[in-house]
Amino acid sequence: MTTAAAVDLRDVTLAYGNFVAVKDVSLSIRKGEFVTLLGPSGCGKTTILRSIAGLVQPTGGEINVAGRRIDNIPIHKRNIGLVFQNYALFPHKTIFDNIAFGLKYRNVEKAQIATKVTRALEMVRLPGVERKLPSEMSGGQQQRIALARAIVIEPDVLLLDEPLSALDANLREEMRTELKIIQREVGITTIFVTHDQDEALAMSDRIVVMNKGLIEQVGTPEEVYRRPESRFVASFLGQSNLLPGRITGIVDGLATVRLDKGHDLVAAAPASLKDGAAVTAIVRAQKVVLGPPERAGLKGRIISTSYLGGSAAYFVDMGGITLQSIATIDDRVWREGEEVSIAIAPSDVLLLDEGGHRLR
Amino acid sequence: MSASMLSAADRRRPWLLLAPSLITLFVLMIVPIGIMTIFSFYEFVTAGVEKEVFTTANWHEFLTDSFYHMFLWKTIRVAGITAILCALMGYPAAYCIAMTNYKHKWLLLLLLIVPFWISFTIRTFSWIHILGEQGVINVLLLKLGLVNEPIRMLYTEGSVIMGMIHFLLPYMILNVYVAIEGIDRNLISAARTLGCTAWQAFREVVLPLSLPGLMAGLLLCFVLAAGSYVTPQILGSTRDALFGNIIFDTIMDELNWPMGSTLSLVLLIFLGAVAAVYSRYMGLSRVLKGLSG
Repeated sequence: MTTAAAVDLRDVTLAYGNFVAVKDVSLSIRKGEFVTLLGPSGCGKTTILRSIAGLVQPTGGEINVAGRRIDNIPIHKRNIGLVFQNYALFPHKTIFDNIAFGLKYRNVEKAQIATKVTRALEMVRLPGVERKLPSEMSGGQQQRIALARAIVIEPDVLLLDEPLSALDANLREEMRTELKIIQREVGITTIFVTHDQDEALAMSDRIVVMNKGLIEQVGTPEEVYRRPESRFVASFLGQSNLLPGRITGIVDGLATVRLDKGHDLVAAAPASLKDGAAVTAIVRAQKVVLGPPERAGLKGRIISTSYLGGSAAYFVDMGGITLQSIATIDDRVWREGEEVSIAIAPSDVLLLDEGGHRLR
Repeated sequence: MSASMLSAADRRRPWLLLAPSLITLFVLMIVPIGIMTIFSFYEFVTAGVEKEVFTTANWHEFLTDSFYHMFLWKTIRVAGITAILCALMGYPAAYCIAMTNYKHKWLLLLLLIVPFWISFTIRTFSWIHILGEQGVINVLLLKLGLVNEPIRMLYTEGSVIMGMIHFLLPYMILNVYVAIEGIDRNLISAARTLGCTAWQAFREVVLPLSLPGLMAGLLLCFVLAAGSYVTPQILGSTRDALFGNIIFDTIMDELNWPMGSTLSLVLLIFLGAVAAVYSRYMGLSRVLKGLSG
């Protein structure tokens, strides 16, 4: 273990009887890093968060925070800040008492508590609300109070459990930016749990994509988006076309993929690719370029058009294969029923092996 | 159909829906109380005979006779002790039912209600076979040679309180249970992560947030205990009579209806005042929430 790791999970497993919620998860997080656990519901991301907080007990592995093993010590002795999806502010306590709560149990003196609470409220841009009750605050404000309550105790790690999902869309984007700014200012190591890929991509230093209790991929937002390691990551993040086929030739680093309906797609060939291998070609919807029908290449017909303002999303029928395409609108919007040509650059085609893992 | 006709029908609908309960309440409660109020100002002549003249003699008798004051105070004391004991015994039980991870929680709640399937009177009588001179406990103690003569447990204030706890405890447990069940578990988790031990989290979060349920339970137990008549009649001696028994004696034995009416109204006014003062300080809505939950 490197001494720099603020949070270090080693082979963490959590099983409820026969159901394994989290399986052999190992993850190392640097001090000050903003890491997002991303995945569909039931993928184990919240379970990991709750194991770090101590609200559930892992059945195997170990958890180290700030160089100290914590999975075997009681919740109240771990120095961890947790923000809940529903904020979980104490409804019978004022905002001041809510934020001061953790300080009181850390035996901080009264005068210092007052200073710290004031500073925390300034940090979340809500000065002067000390005497109010949580029920007098809006959802977004309650969210900030919950954040202030968690960071005022200067925890070793801040855990955020889908903190934005209860907010309405506009406020969510605003809070997303704000949360990131506050996290930077404080420099606090943060683990963020979400099922919302936009949140994950916008806020994270690194994203941990999880599925069925396992880590599928760990990487920067750009890495996981542009170079998905697995079928799951490719289909979960963004809109991708997953096209099964077989390699029919490799020449000069370019492989020809014969798709199910007989189309040929040219892909940049990874080193380990064998001729004749069964593969799945992955092409992002943004990389499926539509053009006038007279242009050379693959041909198709527009099935549906969704006009999105700055861009348009299309479903294109390519001889029995349905492709998704998203294009920024510069000259024209393709209409339903129109014939188009389809161009896909070889470098935009990623190949997965039969097991669903990316070929390198 | 025009809009105005529709709204007229709409305006009538709540009253139509309320009518059965309003009529029942009026006929079975307001009217009898009214009649009793009138009776309380009649003059008592002799057993079963009263004169229909206006007199404040009955009220004067209640206000000046310490016999009634003593029994009213005794009723308050016994009901108060009963309510507090119910709270002390009921809260832990309610907490366990609310917090258990046991899959069949409904079964535990059902167990609370099972006693209600047996007649209240029979349940009360059953204590005689447990506490009486020939009851289970005394027979056992005598057989074991621990005592030489039966201990007097029945027909005491203690046995009256015990009998009332027996029938009031489920009300307390259900009230507290509903309050605890309504507490967001995340609040407890939040308190724990902020540095509370399990006990501190209970004191900071669960206890204050379940207080409305506890207070509602206390009020309910107090009012029901103070108004009880059967339990002291069966399990208490004549000295352990509560105000309800005094009313019964006045009406049924002395056939003094005017005085009986007066005493009934006294109890009604007293318990109503307790509920009113209580809800003023507790906030009626919170108590009602605990009751309805």
